[in-house]
Amino acid sequence: MNSTFEAFKTKAEAVSAEVHRFPTQAEALAFILGFLQESGVSDAPQCGAVWAAGSFLDGARKDDLKVKVPGITFEVTKEASADSKVGISQLDWAISSTGTLVQDAAAVEKRLVSTLPTIHVAILGTDRILADMGSVLEHLRPQQIDYISFITGPSRTADIERVLTIGVHGPARLIIVVVDEFQKVTA
Amino acid sequence: MTTQFKESIETALHNSNLTGALGRFSEAYRISRAKAYEGIDFEATRDQIVEIKSDASSRFEELAVQFKQSAEACGAKVFRTSDPEQVKKYILDLAKEKGVKRVVKSKSMASEEIHLNKALEAAGMEVDETDLGEWIIQLAHQTPSHMVMPAIHMTKEEVATVFSEEVEEGQMPDIPKLVKFARAKLRPKFLAADMGITGANIAVAESGSLVIVTNEGNARLVSTLPGIHVAIVGIEKLVAMVKDIQPILTALPRSATGQLLTSYVSIISGAVPNTDGTPKELHIILMDNHRSDMAKDPMFKPALQCIRCATCLNVCPVFRLVGGHVFGKTYTGGIGTILTAWFDELKKADDIQGLCIQCGSCVPLCPGKIDIPGLILELRRRLVVEKGQSLAMKAIFGVVNNRRLFHSMLRMASVTQKPFTTGRFIRHLPLFLSDMTEFRSLPAVAPSPLRDTIKKIDQPKAKAKEKVVFYAGCLIDFCYPEMGESLVKILNKAGIEVVFPDDQTCCGAPARYNGAYEVAGQNAKDNIKALLATEASYVVSACPTCTVALKHDFIDTFKSLGDTGTMADAEKLSAKTIDFSTLIKKLVDEGRLTLKEGEALGKITYHDSCHLKRTLKASDEPRELLKMAGHEIAEMYECDTCCGMAGSYSIKLPEISAPILERKLKHIKETGASKVVMDCPGCVMQIRGGLDKDGTPIRAEHTVESLANRFK
Repeated sequence: MNSTFEAFKTKAEAVSAEVHRFPTQAEALAFILGFLQESGVSDAPQCGAVWAAGSFLDGARKDDLKVKVPGITFEVTKEASADSKVGISQLDWAISSTGTLVQDAAAVEKRLVSTLPTIHVAILGTDRILADMGSVLEHLRPQQIDYISFITGPSRTADIERVLTIGVHGPARLIIVVVDEFQKVTA
Repeated sequence: MTTQFKESIETALHNSNLTGALGRFSEAYRISRAKAYEGIDFEATRDQIVEIKSDASSRFEELAVQFKQSAEACGAKVFRTSDPEQVKKYILDLAKEKGVKRVVKSKSMASEEIHLNKALEAAGMEVDETDLGEWIIQLAHQTPSHMVMPAIHMTKEEVATVFSEEVEEGQMPDIPKLVKFARAKLRPKFLAADMGITGANIAVAESGSLVIVTNEGNARLVSTLPGIHVAIVGIEKLVAMVKDIQPILTALPRSATGQLLTSYVSIISGAVPNTDGTPKELHIILMDNHRSDMAKDPMFKPALQCIRCATCLNVCPVFRLVGGHVFGKTYTGGIGTILTAWFDELKKADDIQGLCIQCGSCVPLCPGKIDIPGLILELRRRLVVEKGQSLAMKAIFGVVNNRRLFHSMLRMASVTQKPFTTGRFIRHLPLFLSDMTEFRSLPAVAPSPLRDTIKKIDQPKAKAKEKVVFYAGCLIDFCYPEMGESLVKILNKAGIEVVFPDDQTCCGAPARYNGAYEVAGQNAKDNIKALLATEASYVVSACPTCTVALKHDFIDTFKSLGDTGTMADAEKLSAKTIDFSTLIKKLVDEGRLTLKEGEALGKITYHDSCHLKRTLKASDEPRELLKMAGHEIAEMYECDTCCGMAGSYSIKLPEISAPILERKLKHIKETGASKVVMDCPGCVMQIRGGLDKDGTPIRAEHTVESLANRFK
């Protein structure tokens, strides 16, 4: 598992994603809350954080989270997402050979939080990292799922003079939070 | 070529932004592409792609029916049409019915192909391209100059001016700021749009899925925010199975931009919920527009294996000089020439097919394994069949087809050229011929051709048990007989007698490369007869273009003409034909030739001729021979990039040939070698002529000359 994770981390960082790994969900949650505070998330306009539903939140006291970081909302709408600084969502799988995150994104909330805010925090179970795209497509089958998203690093362009510039239409930062004990929750 | 076309080339060549940006990109591209493919078996990947796409193009109808069923089962509406007008009508009707006022688009070449934006705007809709490059050229009222990087021809200063004039005054030429500005200005458009239009990179019949690849994330927004999503998909994007996605996505980003994967890939397989909870209106338009006609043409069917990565643009020595605009409004570069001929009309490809220099650089790197230069040659042939050869060309080929007349004219030239000759060069020609000598000197026609001088060589007949037939080709025969004499000298050392059949004539390559296949066919027949008359173990040539003609083109020309009468003999000749360096290397390996030992001949550099390296696959043989002889090889940058000669190309398009040669000379000089060696008399003519004009004291010679005195 370590070597798969390391391979994933190397590839993801090579495309400007930021990767953090935690043994437990509690530690991951603490990191995320700290990160939100540091990033200036608040209930002021343009400073919110939208958090899309996912098993990571199962059992979490959402009201407490809102108290800890005012500005977090779990009601993901187009307006709230467009007005937020950070979007948080849980990803289903990852690909180590390319540093890619993969998600069943049929639920529109999952797409809104990862497209409109300038920062996307992506939560992933360590055991969810597979070798290649083919392996992922056996789990997330396009025959059954209407919208599958593959995300490899933040939004980028090189359309002006071929100079790489991060954050055109999508997020300018992609923070990947990998959790070891996560499988117990998702299982 | 039309004056207008010549002018567009002239404009492009003088656009230093364009040539600078493309030149730098083409250099960086090779490195990033190679790095992206580390650990990937490219050959195996492209074999898979060919299998997937050629299977699909064999049964478009069946896959289109299946795609429609699968997609409609998941809530999409699929509209199939062969007519671009119907595509526009469908979208306009839909927009009217739903009261659409604002449209956002993600990059779609299919929509460019049918000029959709114009139609939508004419109907009163506000249409915005959201891919940054596409938005820039939309605001600048231009068309894309590259399939992957539409605005590569513009500088940040030009972009700032366009933004200031078209959107909001005061924009500075600072790239991060310009990108931020685009984000800020396009964001409200995404949020307010009623309809989103995308293309698709892959359409999977089994699942009704669209695969859409972007880096900016605009396709995700376009397919998520507006209530209506319309995808315009050319039927060549169809594949049978979900498992076919991976090989294509392995190659596409690596070949297109040197990325392992683009930032975003979306696989959309059905109507998903909208932001307000209503189900998405998902309309997929499967557009044919001559693609199935193409699939029915056995020669052009492989062109449907294209995955639109634009490698053929990025590695093309001509594209990097002229960019995309000279190719027309939609598809550009090598594959663009072919697609334009089919999706638009053959006539539209008349001028642009002439841009292909036939160097073959794109062939080994094409993920769809498309023989782009071969198909462009076929377009050329069909154009000649359709509209006939020009009178001037007819006159030239009339002469070439009559060996005695042709050869006596060449002999005459050695006399009439005298006023223009200095030593063995022609440095200036008068009047309309001056273009030919503007950037390089031409070789003077030799006083006596090889066909005369070879008879004076006393070959050791007594011991010779083995004969080799020598096919000289026009350049060695009439301009560089000393190359032929050196070849005889070397083969004699191996105890081989060299036979020169007098009836050999032009190899037909000039005619073939100008689409005059009947002429090339007659040249082939005359040569087959002449070269097979003597029983010999090999037919050797020291000109790679001639070698390719003997080995491959005769057969292909007969196939194209449907002329099977001489096919068996053409195959016999093909089997016997060998290029000079490969034959000599073989004789050395067999111990029949031995190089002198202990020679220190100094540093040279080697230029790979296009046909030798890419068609005959010989690049190690000459290098090894030169090293064994005692040379040290200092490799030049882009050693296998075309020198710009390409037969009559340098006469038809001297303005392109000249800068290609200039680059080559620069790379030769950078090695510090005192000599550049190559295996093709045509390349010698170009490079030696360029060095002479330039006054550079570097010698250019054929490997046969370098090795002439090196054997024991």
